[in-house]
Amino acid sequence: MIAVWIIVGIIIIALIVFWATYNGLVRLRNQTKNDWAQIDVQLKRRHDLIPNLVETVKGYMKFERETLEAVTKARNIATQAASAGAAERGKVEGELSGALARLLAVVERYPDLKANQNFLALQEELTSTENKISFSRQYYNDAVLKYNNQTQMFPSNIIAGMTGFKAGEFFEVTAAEEREAPKVSFT
Amino acid sequence: MWEQIRSNQIKSAMLVALMGVLLLLLGYFLGLLFGSGIAGIIIALIVWGIMNLVAFFQGDSILLGISGARKISPDDHPRLYNVVEEMKIASGLERMPDVYIIDDPALNAFSTGRDPNRASVAITSGLLQKLNRDELQGVISHEVAHIKNRDVLLMVLLSVLLGSIVILAWYASRFMFLSGAGGGRSRSSSGGGGGAQLIIIIVGVVLMILAPIAAQLIYFAVSRKREYLADASSALYTRYPEGLASALEKLATSDTSVRTANKATAPMYIINPFQKKGISIESLTSTHPPIAERIRILRAMAGASLADYEQSYRQARGGGGIIPASAVAGAGTMALRAPSPETKPVEEFPQKVERARETSDLMWRLSNYKTISCECGITLRIPPNFRAPAVRCPHCGRVNRIL
Repeated sequence: MIAVWIIVGIIIIALIVFWATYNGLVRLRNQTKNDWAQIDVQLKRRHDLIPNLVETVKGYMKFERETLEAVTKARNIATQAASAGAAERGKVEGELSGALARLLAVVERYPDLKANQNFLALQEELTSTENKISFSRQYYNDAVLKYNNQTQMFPSNIIAGMTGFKAGEFFEVTAAEEREAPKVSFT
Repeated sequence: MWEQIRSNQIKSAMLVALMGVLLLLLGYFLGLLFGSGIAGIIIALIVWGIMNLVAFFQGDSILLGISGARKISPDDHPRLYNVVEEMKIASGLERMPDVYIIDDPALNAFSTGRDPNRASVAITSGLLQKLNRDELQGVISHEVAHIKNRDVLLMVLLSVLLGSIVILAWYASRFMFLSGAGGGRSRSSSGGGGGAQLIIIIVGVVLMILAPIAAQLIYFAVSRKREYLADASSALYTRYPEGLASALEKLATSDTSVRTANKATAPMYIINPFQKKGISIESLTSTHPPIAERIRILRAMAGASLADYEQSYRQARGGGGIIPASAVAGAGTMALRAPSPETKPVEEFPQKVERARETSDLMWRLSNYKTISCECGITLRIPPNFRAPAVRCPHCGRVNRIL
């Protein structure tokens, strides 16, 4: 009789542990989804701004066709990848960041353009959107790290495996410019 | 990395409790002087309760009201609004704070709101005009850090206690001198306890003199510490301490004090609103640390994390740190970011004109003036009480319709 009660007790405890761990995993996964939504809003905003930017800049920069086309192309690729995973999007958004940075560097050569109200407003919006992306990225990656730890560490990894929780992807914007330290030459 | 500075909150709660005990002690001994200790405590609690009610119901509106602040929408000043939104994201605030502009040439900014979800950030038009984007971000992040760290709530609690202690001590001293020491009356009634009575009088008088001073010192010390912490959080949020450092430098060179500031609202500002040019010694009765020191600490930071600030703070001041060990332990070093493209010194001059124009446009618009640009290049400003449907341009004579 006592043995039966012990077995029942163990089952109840196991159920409670299962229940708590499962809910914890769901909470963490929802947090990453929520944080991702924040980034997604800003990425979409950036995609919406770029056609306006290209249109405004076009008239002033007749000789920079390649730079402009690179931005438009990177933007189109990024828009098509809108439903892809975080890692894939990080890659295409990184390309876009690189193309944009090159464009904004070229702008320095056109003083007329820098006096254009429309362009200044767009530049402000773009700068702010870039900042918002990088600030929300920090939160998203923190949330993913927490969630991944739970899905991969013992004992919660057993429950995660049984109920189909998969590790989340980090969002790393990997533009070539961002990784390389600036080179200074004194020649 | 982003966790709340919790052990610091415990320390703060203890300071509030300490000041509460000071208030009760003062009430008790002053009560004894006039006959009943319990009555004294009750009077102290009543004074405190009334002060609390006033602070609770009118705190924000008083501060924003006496400062003549005006709420703005994203379209009024996109850059300011964007920067606040960036800092809202970086700090992890749940709700976007309201953004206010104070029409004042003085350079300052402050934040209010006991509840982080109903907070406001305000900046003077003078400061808005002077700062570039990175500097503005530094200032706003400092203010958002005050909201996030719940400094406003702490300072309101402390200032209410301080106010109660000061009022109680002040009135008690008036009563004593007017009635020629209330102790005389009760001594005759209680008869034999002369020695004990003398001790009570001495303790009461000493408390009456020292309690307000002690309370003020606690208040100022907490306020200064909170400024350092907000600076540390600001560097963490922006990952660019140079922005705030450079903004503080600009603030330091201004010698106009904020017209509408008073002693009670001082700790809410980014720099001491009464500070005159050139004062940099750290006095015990200052709500803010000296600007030069804040700049030095920010500039010496090797990274942007709390640990980096802590290290820089220790180097600058020697001795103990400012950030609790638990918060530092989790924070490794964090890379700084590059300045935003706008800060290149080449563009400095046209940018200044641009910013000044932008801010003055904003102030006109907020005062309900309409702006019409005539084809000849002149900008016409139409006052809100102007009723005619059209206006003639004084420069070229064209008639412009008012929409």
